Amino acid sequence: MRVNFTVNGRKQEADDVWEGESLLYVLRERMGLPGSKNACEQGECGSCTVRLDGVPVCSCLVAAGQVEGREVVTVEGLADFAQQRSASGCATGACGTTLQDARQWSAQGTDSQTGEGAELSPIQQAFIDAGAVQCGFCTPGLLVAADELLERNAEPSDADIREALSGNLCRCTGYEKILDAVRLAAARQEETV
Amino acid sequence: MATTGTPTNITQGSKTKGGIGESTLRPDGTLKVTGEFAYSSDMWHEDMLWGHTLRSTVAHAEIRSIDVSEALAMSGVYAVLTYDDLPTEVKNYGLEIQDTPVLAHGKVRHHGEPVAIVAADHPETARRAAAKIKIDYAELPLITDEASATAPDAILVHENRDDHHIGHVPHPNIVHRQPIVRGDADEAAKRADVIVKGEYTFGMQDQAFLGPESGLAVPSEDGGVELYVATQWLHSDLRQIAPVLGLPEEKVRMTLSGVGGAFGGREDLSMQIHACLLALRTGKPVKIVYNRFESFFGHVHRHPAKLYYEHGATKDGKLTHMKCKIVLDGGAYASASPAVVGNASSLSVGPYVIEDVDIEAIALYSNNPPCGAMRGFGAVQACFAYEAQMDKLAAKLDMDPVEFRQLNAMEQGTLLPTGQPVDSPAPVAELLRRVKTRPLPPEQQWLAAGEQADVRALPGGLSNTTHGEGVVRGVGYAVGIKNVGFSEGFDDYSTARVRMEVVGGEPVATVHTAMAEVGQGGVTVHAQIARTELGVTQVTIQPADTQVGSAGSTSASRQTYVTGGAVKNTCENVREKVLEIGRRKFGSYHPAWATAELLLEGGKVVTDGGEVLADLVDVLEDEAVDLELEWRHRPTEAFDLRTGQGNGHVQYSFAAHRAVVEVDTELGLVKVVELAVAQDVGKALNPLSVVGQIQGGTTQGLGVAVMEEIIVDPKTAKVRNPSFTDYLIPTILDTPTIPVDVLELADDHAPYGLRGIGEAPTLSSTPAVLAAIRNATGLELNRTPVRPEHLTGT
Ligand code: FES
Ligand code: FES
Repeated sequence: MRVNFTVNGRKQEADDVWEGESLLYVLRERMGLPGSKNACEQGECGSCTVRLDGVPVCSCLVAAGQVEGREVVTVEGLADFAQQRSASGCATGACGTTLQDARQWSAQGTDSQTGEGAELSPIQQAFIDAGAVQCGFCTPGLLVAADELLERNAEPSDADIREALSGNLCRCTGYEKILDAVRLAAARQEETV
Repeated sequence: MATTGTPTNITQGSKTKGGIGESTLRPDGTLKVTGEFAYSSDMWHEDMLWGHTLRSTVAHAEIRSIDVSEALAMSGVYAVLTYDDLPTEVKNYGLEIQDTPVLAHGKVRHHGEPVAIVAADHPETARRAAAKIKIDYAELPLITDEASATAPDAILVHENRDDHHIGHVPHPNIVHRQPIVRGDADEAAKRADVIVKGEYTFGMQDQAFLGPESGLAVPSEDGGVELYVATQWLHSDLRQIAPVLGLPEEKVRMTLSGVGGAFGGREDLSMQIHACLLALRTGKPVKIVYNRFESFFGHVHRHPAKLYYEHGATKDGKLTHMKCKIVLDGGAYASASPAVVGNASSLSVGPYVIEDVDIEAIALYSNNPPCGAMRGFGAVQACFAYEAQMDKLAAKLDMDPVEFRQLNAMEQGTLLPTGQPVDSPAPVAELLRRVKTRPLPPEQQWLAAGEQADVRALPGGLSNTTHGEGVVRGVGYAVGIKNVGFSEGFDDYSTARVRMEVVGGEPVATVHTAMAEVGQGGVTVHAQIARTELGVTQVTIQPADTQVGSAGSTSASRQTYVTGGAVKNTCENVREKVLEIGRRKFGSYHPAWATAELLLEGGKVVTDGGEVLADLVDVLEDEAVDLELEWRHRPTEAFDLRTGQGNGHVQYSFAAHRAVVEVDTELGLVKVVELAVAQDVGKALNPLSVVGQIQGGTTQGLGVAVMEEIIVDPKTAKVRNPSFTDYLIPTILDTPTIPVDVLELADDHAPYGLRGIGEAPTLSSTPAVLAAIRNATGLELNRTPVRPEHLTGT
């Protein structure tokens, strides 16, 4: 089967895809985008979280065929995605991403495969600064989920953060520093408004 | 930039930024947040094949026959290998005892044991091919507990044992036994006014690191193989892999690929040999990635344990004696069981003063899943039991549980039951004081947000099971002692290579070790050490591989101590060499070159008075200093096999917890509200990472207190819950705030006075949560994890 979809703003075409292949497998093994992680492949850990037309999903649970003609953002495209969002006047994050927006968004000036040349998004920088990255295997999924939270809710309470990230397991950090990172990104976002 | 001419300017040298004691950020942080960091499961090679392992569906059976013909005939399949295809006479491996077959031969000894391996052009093809392999099993009786293992007529898990423990174990189904006898426990018991006994059960915990076992083996032109893999100790892997492949060690080149957590679960081999065998057989690169189901079979777990304890105390609260027996189930293969026994026995008393003890710890061979290293390593199970005993004693004496502990707390100089003195600060009473005196979180904290109960802060959370009615609070305390580093006479050394040179007009240090960075932050700390010792800002950390000497294992809280020590020591020697060059070039310009204590700071050579003598760029010019040195901490010795006496440990670390829980007594649901911790870290080389480690360890202890357990069916010895659906680890909703109070009492024997930190917080976290649940419910609760049915009596 052939699947056409957009990943981090670039049109992609995957050939000879098996029917059972997940979006996660196609991203990692066919597109050369291993940023989304394979920790359970059962929808239990959130490590593979990507945005599909703006909505965070476990890419291990999405059949590749389901993404035909749709828009996927992975951790590799997160920085550009965030930049694009703030450029379009969504710096408060309160406006969300409409399906339309998600479709129109595209990467600019950077290589979405390596992330080279990309500035970090506020949430990425906050994860580093707050010490929220240890082994980092949970990090890509958490970043995608946390970025979407901040887009919806610019001033999340701790309970909001916990609720939004409850689908993302982390075995190393004890989560405290992940909370710190999300609070930090929210605070910095506030400052820049 | 560089000051040339007379290097005798007398400006003050400035401290180098990013040295030890600062919360510098991870050098791999950017790669990790952008998705570019290459974990072992991300490896990719053109033309690569996928490996898959066929595992035993039964726990104990004779293998009558294996038929691979159908699998081999499938299109896309390149190789199917069984025991018969192994290339040499060496067919087993193991950390200490080589009892683990690369592929099962003759019989299988546990559910999930590897029997055959397949290489194919798509992972699904490999899986389907494996499913076509036909194995004829003749099932054998099961050994599943102490009674069945040690029965006089018990079938032997290993028929032909010839390891060095066999001579002193009472039964061949016992891997290792360590008694410790000190003083006279029976005699001392007569002085006791109260005696408490307890029988405790510790469930089988899993490391559950997120990055699955995986790696890529690439055949090389010289007939050898390159292996990119996630592990905790490259050289230990190499030592076990090369003989099975029939290759000299130089022909197996190992490089650490990104490691997604470890916690002891990567000390043993998993897919390493399998991938190499398939690569060598097919002549193509082979990648193996376990899925989560397979990961539960691919690594050893924490030993489940039965612990039988007796303690006595006088009515004024002084401990009189302790007797205990600790039975650890090691499962089918030895793995790290002998060392776990040594830890469990020698630390079974905990951080208390008890002179008269009678201790025995054993590890069984059984047909349960193999158990080995996990964070806390034998000390965790003991801490769960002795801390429950402390609470029981305090209750019986009508004393405050913290005061009771403080009254009996060890101090610097206290002897362990092995007769070894604790010769560094042991602030047990102080750590307890710190967690106790913290303000408690507000009562009915679920109301804190407003009038309305926030169900997310209640037991049961978003399932909306309660709005606060029937919820009771409890508070519990625990403290523990963990040894740091490998004990019992093990040659626990590390190697570091450090190079210093001028690159692009800047002095740059390069640090190369074989240390496995598993997320703990060793790479950050090594750069900090190099900056501190060499006065440079730019430090490059080379990828870990087997081109440099062994760094030992990233376990036992030892890496910052031992490899950190090796980096420090090598840097000191590099510094001497740099100063020699400086003396040669500039010695005649200033007398301080010959007389003063000289340091490297801020890219300059400075006197201890802060006077700048030269810029490093001028000293080095185009010379490079490059050294590779081994470094050892002070030696330890084996425990006597009859009395358990011996200076077996290098260093200790201590942590105390206070847990606050709220329990919905109707449904048996627990919400841990806060888990405060105080820990002595000796010296915090990187405070940010220190706190991260303590919080992470605390959370794993919380997990085993209330949810984590691999459930092995006692009738079939099969694992019932190998998935994240059924094996639960704490989510962000299950994890409370974890305030951390860090003490820095230097251990004078250690580099910078530091203490290993990673494990101690895992010890006391579990018993503190249990104590808090007991405090809330009044139930006895002698097993972990606590499940709803234990709280509701259903
Ligand atoms: S890998 Fe998709 S949820 Fe775990
Ligand atoms: S940092 Fe290792 S799993 Fe989260």
